[in-house]
Amino acid sequence: MSLEEYKGVFIFAQQVDNELSSIALELLGKAKSLAEDLDEKKVTAVLLGSDVKGLVDKLAEYGADRVIVVDDPALKDYRTEPYTHALASVIDEFKPEILLVGATAIGRDLGPRVSSRVHTGLTADCTSLDIGDFPLEPSPARETKHKQLLMTRPAFGGNTIATIACPDFRPQMATVRPGVMQKIDPIKGAKAEVVEFNPGFEENDCYTEILKIVKEASSVADIQAAKILVSGGRGVGSAENFKILDDLAEALGGTVSCSRAVVDSGWKPKDLQVGQTGKTVRPQLYFAIGISGAIQHVAGMEESDIIIAINKDENAPIFDVADYGVVGDLNKIVPALTKKIKEALAAKG
Amino acid sequence: MKVVVCIKQVPDTKGGVKFKPDGTLDRGAMLAIMNPDDKAGLEAALRLKDQYGAEVTVLTMGLPKADAVLREAFAMGADKAVLVTDRVLGGADTWATSSTIAGALRNLEYDLIITGRQAIDGDTAQVGPQISEHLHLPVISYAEEIKVDEKARTVEVKRQFEDRYHIVKAKMPCLVTALSELNEPRYMTPGGIFDAFEKEVTVWGRADLKDVDDSNLGLKGSPTQIAKASDKVKKGQGEKVAPDSAEEAVDYIVGKLKEKHVI
Repeated sequence: MSLEEYKGVFIFAQQVDNELSSIALELLGKAKSLAEDLDEKKVTAVLLGSDVKGLVDKLAEYGADRVIVVDDPALKDYRTEPYTHALASVIDEFKPEILLVGATAIGRDLGPRVSSRVHTGLTADCTSLDIGDFPLEPSPARETKHKQLLMTRPAFGGNTIATIACPDFRPQMATVRPGVMQKIDPIKGAKAEVVEFNPGFEENDCYTEILKIVKEASSVADIQAAKILVSGGRGVGSAENFKILDDLAEALGGTVSCSRAVVDSGWKPKDLQVGQTGKTVRPQLYFAIGISGAIQHVAGMEESDIIIAINKDENAPIFDVADYGVVGDLNKIVPALTKKIKEALAAKG
Repeated sequence: MKVVVCIKQVPDTKGGVKFKPDGTLDRGAMLAIMNPDDKAGLEAALRLKDQYGAEVTVLTMGLPKADAVLREAFAMGADKAVLVTDRVLGGADTWATSSTIAGALRNLEYDLIITGRQAIDGDTAQVGPQISEHLHLPVISYAEEIKVDEKARTVEVKRQFEDRYHIVKAKMPCLVTALSELNEPRYMTPGGIFDAFEKEVTVWGRADLKDVDDSNLGLKGSPTQIAKASDKVKKGQGEKVAPDSAEEAVDYIVGKLKEKHVI
């Protein structure tokens, strides 16, 4: 493998039901900033699907300079084998230096399969990506390689942080946690170079058959998109008592989310769960109400700009990450807080 | 029908994490348990044993002490166990790990391979799909339900996504990665525990792996390399107040919200 042949930052532009997933736009934002530190500045989106060409302009508006489209009926709904074949073929043909994939239920299946097929490294569920030297500090033991992708990810249930490089194989591949990277402000009317590519699809024993697709009615809010989250834990006490959090969220124009204990108790659906086994969020304001702050929960919310915790246990670990911690009874504080906020906003007009 | 379940002994992540000077994990220094997703995978296999009389083999790669999770699997009802252990296999990333396990699996007969979706130490969810690729098998990740049609030699899996599920059919042999949500794993039985120490664990080293190049094994065969690993630096602690009344608490919070221009 001649590493120099591999150029440019590519992203896998995930779409479901011919709608781009938010992660695709987040990856473009990150790809743009990574490309600024590389010789090749062009950012390429790889769009796989059936009848998906209509999505090209949106990718351009969010930062794609070029879109490689593999459009084939075999790619209508996600199946591991045809998607792997398509993406691995794009890699063979276009030789990206870096390939970013969302750490979604699709990306975490597709990424590993592709990395195995093209024989390169893959770093899972990254929360930070940079360009820099590997090793980080000059070492007599090995040659320093410049402009490497440095991929940072939490492991061990959020107890450790590791930065990983892939110095001798290309592309350097990472799956990236949704909700962490920032999209750029869309550039209206931007156009991308469009390259159509079809490697041909032949069914083999690895092809699976989708017998049924069941969409689970998701009437719940997208907590990853919320600017303000009012999050409740076991301390809220009951499903009914989440009413006081709903009221606070409404007063602030925010959204209610919760900890794992709340989902396990059946008080709220899993879609609202923040944490290691739920979603990672980084709102401008995060209220942690009656949440003790287990490391698995903290891993999913600690990047929030401002964290306010209310808990009656003064030793609750949530206070270690809160910017502002209040020891007290949430049943008294939360309703009074809602009232006061409404008054303050009304006074402001 | 033959089912192989890949299981991993993992450090209990609540017990504190230790590293060797080279940045790789010092697993020897930590408490060890059977990875939860793998245990769900084992339970799924044992149900196929109850239902169809499937033969269940468990396979693990790790230090010699990983024998303990294989004994636990025996005590739950597994029929055979293989431990892949060799110093040259250490320090492997997911590529090298999956190459190693694929090399071991090539020695075994299987209709179905089950792995856990992800291990609680690495949290990568990569090894299952990577094994499937090395062995040229279909893969279905994130399984919430597994049904087998022995005659047709197919599996039907409820495959979870964020906002939906697919019912996916694959030809056997195939590989499925299991979610903890799949089931409630059974307990070890007293008789099982007794038998667990009578049964023999097959131990394989580098020489027993089939069709794998040295360049694909261990630290040297790992495309990814650790640049830096450290315990997480906690965000600096903020303010904490314990007001005497709810009013005081509210005034404090509202004051902060105004200061930060939230309201």
